[in-house]
Amino acid sequence: MSQTDIPMVKAEAVSKAYGSNQVLKSISLEVKRGEVLCLVGPSGSGKSTFLRCINHLETINAGRLSVDGELVGYHERGGKIYEMHPKEAARQRRDIGMVFQRFNLFPHKTALENVMLAPTLLKKGNKAALQTRAMDLLARVGLAERHDYYPAHLSGGQQQRVAIARALAMEPKLMLFDEPTSALDPELVGEVLDVMKGLAESGMTMIVVTHEMGFAREVADELVFMDGGVVVESGDPTEVLTNPQRERTKAFLSKVL
Amino acid sequence: MNDMQTAAAGTSSPQPRRHDEPQAIEAIKLRHPWRAVVAALLIIIVGLFVFDALTNRPVYSWDIVVNYLFDVRVLSALGYTLQLTIYPMIIAVLLGILLAIMRLSPNPVFRAVAWVYLWIFRGTPVYVQLVFWGLMPVIYKSITLGIPFTEVGIQLVTADLFSYFTLAVIGLALNEAAYMAEIVRAGLLSVDKGQDEAAVALGLGWWHTMSRIVLPQAMRVIVPPTGNEVVSMLKTTSLVIAVPFTLDLYTRTHDIAVSMYKPVPFLLVASFWYLILTSILMVGQFYVERYFARGVGARPDVQKPTVETSAIGVIGLSSATEAGGGYPTATGADGGDQIVPPHGRAGGGGV
Repeated sequence: MSQTDIPMVKAEAVSKAYGSNQVLKSISLEVKRGEVLCLVGPSGSGKSTFLRCINHLETINAGRLSVDGELVGYHERGGKIYEMHPKEAARQRRDIGMVFQRFNLFPHKTALENVMLAPTLLKKGNKAALQTRAMDLLARVGLAERHDYYPAHLSGGQQQRVAIARALAMEPKLMLFDEPTSALDPELVGEVLDVMKGLAESGMTMIVVTHEMGFAREVADELVFMDGGVVVESGDPTEVLTNPQRERTKAFLSKVL
Repeated sequence: MNDMQTAAAGTSSPQPRRHDEPQAIEAIKLRHPWRAVVAALLIIIVGLFVFDALTNRPVYSWDIVVNYLFDVRVLSALGYTLQLTIYPMIIAVLLGILLAIMRLSPNPVFRAVAWVYLWIFRGTPVYVQLVFWGLMPVIYKSITLGIPFTEVGIQLVTADLFSYFTLAVIGLALNEAAYMAEIVRAGLLSVDKGQDEAAVALGLGWWHTMSRIVLPQAMRVIVPPTGNEVVSMLKTTSLVIAVPFTLDLYTRTHDIAVSMYKPVPFLLVASFWYLILTSILMVGQFYVERYFARGVGARPDVQKPTVETSAIGVIGLSSATEAGGGYPTATGADGGDQIVPPHGRAGGGGV
């Protein structure tokens, strides 16, 4: 593929404000194909907002943000930027999977129905084939035998694993994780991280907002520390975690590690 | 302990018993003499009323009630009343959904139109509205469909287009839509924002998100008050004489009653059928509610960590500790700082 040199995610001076409150100040970073990037930082540092900008759940005010060489939420023609039609924005999002802190599974649908919903509505395929694929995905997150359970009957960790399978069902080229383990019982965190680790090993490009430094050290190719809407420090996870250069990073890590 | 475990592992023993069964309390029941007295009084009053109505009040004319309960005219009126309940209700639900979505729209014109609609149709009596609809063929005698500024077009006479039955349906439907809009809006607002986001993040468009994710969940909030609205609509049909439509249950029985100079037994006939219909509707509502409650209920606490576990989770993680307050630290015996969860502090001077 000739496209392999195009980064999966490219942010150039991305900025975002809610009124006068500047939440992202000129964020620039790149995520290559197959790379795992962990975003860490204190609450309110803008890391979740940045993640949500990548699949256009939030719009940016300035800068350029592209996924797989395509601007997110906008078209650029003749030097002018055009707002995208919601249908096109939806098509763009299909290539980007997202996993939420609060799972956000559809409570009126079983685990299997949760996973099958988007492919059934959008992919127009043979229903039996879609169902087999959805079962495969549930098996991949270790929940094949719970396929007919409603979310309310699953533990937090199981729900989050179903949510990961649901996001994978659209065969995304990029996965976004917004604090996927922060709402979980401590003893359930491991099972979710294991699934994510397996996903990273399979070559998925991932951006993970997390507080799990162990996971970041083990799985991430790059660690980005954000505070106050800017990237304070970034680099090799082990390097940043063991030998932070900035005072703010040191202060944060000393409390977290 | 060991004995119990082996016993539990054994083939027949169903459950390990960890403690001796405590002795069951066999308390003497507290008596409530006044409750019994009041209950007895109520029974006597109701009994006397029923006895009196059956034997001592010729004005009820029970023989006429029984004779006319299944009279052809009454049964046909029953059919009209059912239609006057169902058709307006279907229109009102659909229009109500549309109005609710308009009220939640980012477009200020849509919001304003929906608001004004509600303001008018909720703010005036349904009886007055029905009279208005009855006058429509007089106010707008004809409707002209055609291309403006040309001679091309057709003219339709309003009175031919809309029968009084149709006008009654429209009048009831448009009034009810205003109430349904508020019920639907409450339902839509009750669905967690995360549901919408999850659907959008999957690449679903507005229509799929609304029809597959948001509305089905909103139904749980929408159905119970809508059941009330159906019952209320059934009874409001008795006002269609305002249009005037005269074949519904109340107006028809009233007409028969007038012709026979026997008002009371026909009120009883009408009441009997209204009660039967509302009872059937209540049963239907039960099943609809059960359908939309699927997946909800059972174990709502499953994802909520207990106080203890959430405290454990916080230690060594970030959010709570770096937020400022965090947990008080105590200097341990070895001089190093320890993080102590508030409820886990060692008691007294023991340490």
